[in-house]
Amino acid sequence: MHPALARTLVVMPAFNEEESVGAVIRELSATIPGIAVLVVDDGSSDATSKVARAEGALVATLPFNLGVGGAMRVGFRFARDQGYDNVVQLDSDGQHDPASVRSLVDALDTADLVIGARFAGAGDYRVRGPRQWAMKVLAVVLSRTAATRLTDTTSGYRASGPRAVALFATHYPAEYLGDTIETLVIAARAGCVIRQVPVSMRVRAGGRPSHHPFKAAAYLGRACFALVFALVRPAVPIPVRELT
Amino acid sequence: MTLTSYIFGIVSAAMVLVVVIELLRRRQLRERHALWWLIAGTLALVVGIFPETLAHAAGLVGVEVPVNLVFFVSIGTLFLVCLQHSAELTRLESKTRSLAEQAAIQDLRLRSLEQRLSAEANDTTGN
Repeated sequence: MHPALARTLVVMPAFNEEESVGAVIRELSATIPGIAVLVVDDGSSDATSKVARAEGALVATLPFNLGVGGAMRVGFRFARDQGYDNVVQLDSDGQHDPASVRSLVDALDTADLVIGARFAGAGDYRVRGPRQWAMKVLAVVLSRTAATRLTDTTSGYRASGPRAVALFATHYPAEYLGDTIETLVIAARAGCVIRQVPVSMRVRAGGRPSHHPFKAAAYLGRACFALVFALVRPAVPIPVRELT
Repeated sequence: MTLTSYIFGIVSAAMVLVVVIELLRRRQLRERHALWWLIAGTLALVVGIFPETLAHAAGLVGVEVPVNLVFFVSIGTLFLVCLQHSAELTRLESKTRSLAEQAAIQDLRLRSLEQRLSAEANDTTGN
């Protein structure tokens, strides 16, 4: 195994994903044998933890639902405490293709935070209407903040290098859309280098993203809200890792 | 103003103060949360006993109908207390969140320790 991959922890936030989480872990282990996988069971009421444990993954079970932000912070804290350098966030619903983990981690050679972008060429994934406008606005504003061209800022498929892991273990926002939008702002302001690489996406097992006009408009509003507040909050530095 | 309404005003204000102080005494209310209620209760008591202070204060800030000043101050106090509660709620939520995360990590560490221990125990009995 590539040395960077040996120091990588794949974190899979999972909320009631007993049907898909097992298959994703199996596929990931088949693609990259021996990779460390941590499933963060976000207060599921089904057998998510049990299934993931049976597949040989490490499982952290949250006592109640915290949302993706809370689940990911568990992952970052665990990675920091156990000495993993890199963290790759992978959805448990099978939407993210585990084959891209390798290219995300490879891109960490030249960046601190790598975003797996869904529209950057690979795969066929499209959205329309207000949701698309929201993504456009976010892409333009966040590209400027991150000083690089980003096309898919709300992608949850991303890899963090050592500096970003140290940052996110202490400063990971828990609010709605905080795990995607605000993390980018926090990382960019702390001086992390951000890159994007194309990844292919699959249709989710549990249905398509909502295209209902009201829901999409609400999404647009909340995204703008999250963006504005992410930009006006004070910047935080990367914590210095204490030497032990 | 009739004597009944005069007494009613004083008794209401005194009751507010008694309840707040009693809660503080039993440690069911922390001082920083009680502060606004104490101020409001004291103001109400003062205005209840000396109604002319209200007319005077209204004249000072240029409110023509004194009772409007009462409404303004009451709503202002309620608003501030509400805001304080929202902020407190946020703080509590983030503490709970942090505890939940730590509990999940410790549960994971405990499990792997138990696993390792039972594996070692099996090794020794096997030999």
